[in-house]
Amino acid sequence: MLDCTPKEIKERTSGGMINPAKTCQPIGAMYAALGIHGCLPHSHGSQGCCSYHRMHLTRHFRDPVMASTSSFTEGASVFGGGANLKTAIQNVFHLYKPEVIAVHTTCLTETIGDDVPSIIKTAEIPEGKLVIHTNTPSYVGSHVTGFSNMTKSMVSYLSASTVAEKKEQVNLIPGFVNPGDMREIKRLTESMGIEYLMFPDTSGVVDSPMTGEFEMYPEGGTTVAQLKDTGNSKVTIALGRFASSDAAELLTKKCRVPATVLKTPIGIKATDDFLMALRQSFTVEIPKELEIERGQLVDIMTDTHYHFHGKTVAIFGDPDIVAGVTEFVLSLGMKPIHVLTGTPGGTSNSLTGSFEDNIKAMMEGTGIEANIKSSGDLFTLHQWIKNQPVDLLIGTTYGKYIARAEDIPFVRMGFPILDRSVHSYLPVVGYRGALRVIEMISNALLDRADRDASDDDFELVM
Amino acid sequence: MAESNAGAIAERDEFIVTKGKNKKQLKCDTDSSAGCVSQRACVYCGARVVLNPVTDAIHLVHGPIGCSSYTWDIRGSLSSGTELYRNSFSTDLKEQDVIFGGGKKLAAAIDGLVEKYQAKLIFVYSTCIVGVIGDDLEAICRAASQKHTIEVIPVESSGFIGNKSAGYRAAGDSLLRLIKPADQVVMTKSDSINYLGDFNLAGEAWIIHNYLREMGVEINVTFTGDSTYETLKLAPKAKLNIIQCAGSMIYMAGKMEELYNIPYVQISFLGIEDTATSLRKIAAAMGDEVMIRKTEELIVRETNRVEAIIKGYREKLQGKKAAIYVGGGFKAISLVKQFREIGIDVVMIGTQTGREEEYDTINNLVDDGTVILDDANPAELERFMMEKGANLLVGGVKERPLAYKLGVAFIDHNHDRKHPLSGFEGAVNFAEEVYSTVCSPVWNSLRGKGIGKGVTDHV
Repeated sequence: MLDCTPKEIKERTSGGMINPAKTCQPIGAMYAALGIHGCLPHSHGSQGCCSYHRMHLTRHFRDPVMASTSSFTEGASVFGGGANLKTAIQNVFHLYKPEVIAVHTTCLTETIGDDVPSIIKTAEIPEGKLVIHTNTPSYVGSHVTGFSNMTKSMVSYLSASTVAEKKEQVNLIPGFVNPGDMREIKRLTESMGIEYLMFPDTSGVVDSPMTGEFEMYPEGGTTVAQLKDTGNSKVTIALGRFASSDAAELLTKKCRVPATVLKTPIGIKATDDFLMALRQSFTVEIPKELEIERGQLVDIMTDTHYHFHGKTVAIFGDPDIVAGVTEFVLSLGMKPIHVLTGTPGGTSNSLTGSFEDNIKAMMEGTGIEANIKSSGDLFTLHQWIKNQPVDLLIGTTYGKYIARAEDIPFVRMGFPILDRSVHSYLPVVGYRGALRVIEMISNALLDRADRDASDDDFELVM
Repeated sequence: MAESNAGAIAERDEFIVTKGKNKKQLKCDTDSSAGCVSQRACVYCGARVVLNPVTDAIHLVHGPIGCSSYTWDIRGSLSSGTELYRNSFSTDLKEQDVIFGGGKKLAAAIDGLVEKYQAKLIFVYSTCIVGVIGDDLEAICRAASQKHTIEVIPVESSGFIGNKSAGYRAAGDSLLRLIKPADQVVMTKSDSINYLGDFNLAGEAWIIHNYLREMGVEINVTFTGDSTYETLKLAPKAKLNIIQCAGSMIYMAGKMEELYNIPYVQISFLGIEDTATSLRKIAAAMGDEVMIRKTEELIVRETNRVEAIIKGYREKLQGKKAAIYVGGGFKAISLVKQFREIGIDVVMIGTQTGREEEYDTINNLVDDGTVILDDANPAELERFMMEKGANLLVGGVKERPLAYKLGVAFIDHNHDRKHPLSGFEGAVNFAEEVYSTVCSPVWNSLRGKGIGKGVTDHV
């Protein structure tokens, strides 16, 4: 029996994880670095780390994921990895010819205390090429933290305020989302008629078209020139505070670019907020085409609301995604009674509040008593569900064990999705993304209703 | 050609040869160059893939979360009983654990797991960081063993102490601890064999079990596909060890010969030819005339059955060219022969962890002009596949999208395999998989107007 989770909940004191809902920082840094054009991410650590991250990203995106490694040996761990990193930088520029190498650390190199910036300073870097780095100790935060750290490093290494008057352009930090989402965020901004710089931008990198040729550096990605220019933008909009707010805040400090931190625009309200923020900053009107998209979304929400009303949901995944999805399903009349992320949740007294506080605030006035947890694992989520069953589960591929054990309809969303394809090409953000989310949720619920219906109750029209 | 490796770093020269052109000995079994986009993994990975198929064990990864997350149920080994091994257990080390030591957390995690699950065996994997902060795994595991009266066995698999092969060895050491009979226990030998190096991916070990049973061979235990605490404990009883995946199990086999007087033979159940040869080897080593006769009957029956099916595929695939890039040398060798059975020539062949003697065998086996390379990077794979006009690549997860992007067909001969590829049944599945990708109509779309420039005709 695949289900090994006992129903009875006992206090857990060890601090260990059973069936994690997160992974480690370096993979997030690697993914973010892929969003720089012509960049080869470099993993400063043992070979296995790099191999695992590439494998995991490859399975999610179904595209080649290139990254190099310092290939640590026992000697390097005793004497420090400086020599390995310097050799690596030399070899990578010689053999793979990237524009940029984006180095991230691992738990090993953090613990032995390699001083990466100093090593980079003494490395041989060809004219016109760049090496940037970020620290990603695997024992702090999660893959989302790693994404945030690498994005922040793009600012600290590259962003520069070089003009007296800020340009009429917006910096968009999309957060740890799929390339399909990044394309949609750009499309929304374009249709508002606003110039933008998006970073990181993995569209065109991990969803590159098939041409019969292998491009080590596909066409997509934010260029170094664009990254530098982010310091000249009028405003930054950071989408998803766990993945994006640190970079935005640093841009404010470093280049005096004011920042607005918003939710990942999943669902109608978060998309409204995003477009309103753009409108406010650039005093433009919402174009007709977006008005229509919004109207269509509301139309479908009303057409289908009776399918959703009162249905209970469990949601897990990365905090920014979970927050957006929770808000959206609430607006559909559903009851998210279990909400969990594996990522540590931030503190209650921070500027934007903790994950748990934010989700609690959404529940206010709804009468829903929800289990809400950051730093959680899927063992906990499964126990919650065993004690308080739900009508629907929304989360990453790893939810399939729970969905099967408890026979719950399951909608895959977030990272990673290892057992389905196309998901990374199509958005869940924006009004159109919201339509897609509705389609996924209602298909899951209605397919189940069809499957479970007796002959008498089996309906043609639903 | 490979003599002048333009576009490769000089250090890599010695790892690539072209048969018939280079006199030099291929270099292998060394650490990767720093800065390579290596397809290789680490010690932990090697240890984990060998031990993970032990179905009723708790596989507890002592370290930060990643190592545990990436290995959660990825092996595709099947179980006939419990599915406990398909859960992911980690001590999830945090910053304060790194500073003050993770020992207490590990002990508490073991206590918590013992309370939740009725496991008789826990493997505790060491990760990079544990090797550096110096938690005394040995002492913690010993104390936990005594406290809970179950076996808690450390696996010395810190990632940086070597490559995947070192991990196979670490796993071997842990298995040797597990199978060591308690003092005073005398294990009586039985007329049975252990089957080493089959991880029951897609149920492959079960196919081989069926053959052996039909021949009248008693199987003691398989390392480690569908194995359990109880079955592994009986390993020293066997009269003979047969080894399929030599890369991961040769060390273990040598040790078992030394400690328990169990001789071993290397076999391979990939392809019709190797399967038949291997079954004969086993019958000769184990049996009497009856067994030998039964074996011949099985081979004739099965060969006739599958030859007819494979012939159809061979006609369609004749003249196609394959590139091979797999983990171990053993598999690479068998694949060359297996491709011949379906009319395909191998034009490029490489492994992550092949040993010198395996590369010698490969060199003798392949045609002149075939490129042989160790620990290749994607740029090298791309270059030689294109130069040699490969129609198909055999590899693992990371190679798949690379092949596709080049318009080259692909089959997974690793954890993601979907059908058993062992034995006579496997030979049919293999031919079918090769056919279904090489001759898929999807490649036609690639050659539409204005796209797919430079793509050779695949179908």
